[in-house]
Amino acid sequence: MPLKRVVITGMGALSPFGRGVDTLMNALLLGESGVRILPELADIRGIRTRVAALVPGVDPGEIPRKYRRSMSAMSVFAALAAGDAIAQAGLSGEQVRGGRLGVSIGSTIGSPRTTQAFFDDFRTDNSVERMKSGVFFHIMNHSCAANVTHMFGITGRTVAPAAACSTGSLAVGYGAEMISMGKQDFMLCGGADEFHPLTAATFDIMNAASTRFNESPGRTPRPFDRDRDGVVCAEGSGILLLESLDSALRRDAEILAEIVGFASTSDPESIANPNAANIAHCMRQALLDAGIGPAGIDYLNAHATGTELGDIAESEAIRSVFGDRVPTSSLKGNLGHAMAASGALELEASVEMLRREILLPTHNLDHVDPLCASVTHVRGVTRRRVDTVMKNNFALGGVNSSLIIRRFRR
Amino acid sequence: MTNKEIIERIDRSIAEEFEIDPEEMKPEKTLFLDLGLDSLDIVDLVIVLETAFRFKIREEEGIRKIRTLGDIHAFVIQKKNELESIPR
Repeated sequence: MPLKRVVITGMGALSPFGRGVDTLMNALLLGESGVRILPELADIRGIRTRVAALVPGVDPGEIPRKYRRSMSAMSVFAALAAGDAIAQAGLSGEQVRGGRLGVSIGSTIGSPRTTQAFFDDFRTDNSVERMKSGVFFHIMNHSCAANVTHMFGITGRTVAPAAACSTGSLAVGYGAEMISMGKQDFMLCGGADEFHPLTAATFDIMNAASTRFNESPGRTPRPFDRDRDGVVCAEGSGILLLESLDSALRRDAEILAEIVGFASTSDPESIANPNAANIAHCMRQALLDAGIGPAGIDYLNAHATGTELGDIAESEAIRSVFGDRVPTSSLKGNLGHAMAASGALELEASVEMLRREILLPTHNLDHVDPLCASVTHVRGVTRRRVDTVMKNNFALGGVNSSLIIRRFRR
Repeated sequence: MTNKEIIERIDRSIAEEFEIDPEEMKPEKTLFLDLGLDSLDIVDLVIVLETAFRFKIREEEGIRKIRTLGDIHAFVIQKKNELESIPR
């Protein structure tokens, strides 16, 4: 059975810069930071980080109550981003509802805010008498995916991959494979997460959250920089509309990029720490999937979160696969780490880099750490036509993922 | 609390919870067809009423017979009267 080619025809973004891929790109081009001081973190005993990157200006009220009642913030983000992706792709109502569109959207966990609200109330008198019907629909693991299907009347497949920081990339990769195999013609793919102190604390207790820039939030995180001190947690959603090339051509849809390679590998060395050899293996598997060699990659969008260990391991892995010839940058210096959304948001920006023929630099990379210096870093907005891009994401739990996209050619 | 006050509180609580235009809150309106509620909303409706009037009604048979907003008014008024007639 010949595999089908898969292209991207729509994208939606809710990022720390607001709504829309253009909004995201404008901020990235200006070198802005979405990281802010979050005063309420100061009220939590034991947490040392005080900064995060939240999505501004979202009006959940634009979603009818019938759909909104089962949504926490992360599903609101996903639903709005999905609607924008569908609109950009120009799918008809019949195409959305007809069974050939599926959903592959994940989050790190179900809504932490609703989970907390439930237990706050439950623990007051050990009672579920005040439990609203929407609680489960907020906290179930496939909340974002299910809410998107309901809001748009989608009747194809629903999958909700969960692999923390790799979720968004995995969701795109698995969605692409379903189209490639002919199981669906269209897939809405990506990830979403809502900020909660639990997420920041997860990194903080492992000494992997940024704590030295609490008074100057725009200076952190600092991927690959010698003064980096950890992750800054963010929230948001990136949703991409994937489609078989046959379908896109039939519809005369604008093709934003083609997905030509995907790999995901497990890293059993450590549940928390990245391993350069296993990261390199994942990238090589993606190259094999695309049927190209390392010389075929023109730009690499790194996972690079600004942690000491992760940035070094990824640098070593990039060096071992590509040498020093591939321009590399991480967008987490601007965006923070939007967890399950990060892979999809960064992929969307990578698609735009292809289309706009520019490369974005790593924000806050002032002095490259000598241990990350084996990589060619993009140091400023660079006008350059690149045709093929690799996008990396690596997750706590040891889940690696690499996607390869290419400028569309018939 | 007078019956009028009870009805006002019911209408206000329901309109707020389910984002219904207060102008729509007429006794003859059916919950499902006119006000757009569904079975999940009825679960929450019970909690809204229990919270507003500090009673427990989830296990009451009478709830199953409710069709209109007016039915809710009558149900709550009757329940309040029952509770107030119980010697303390």
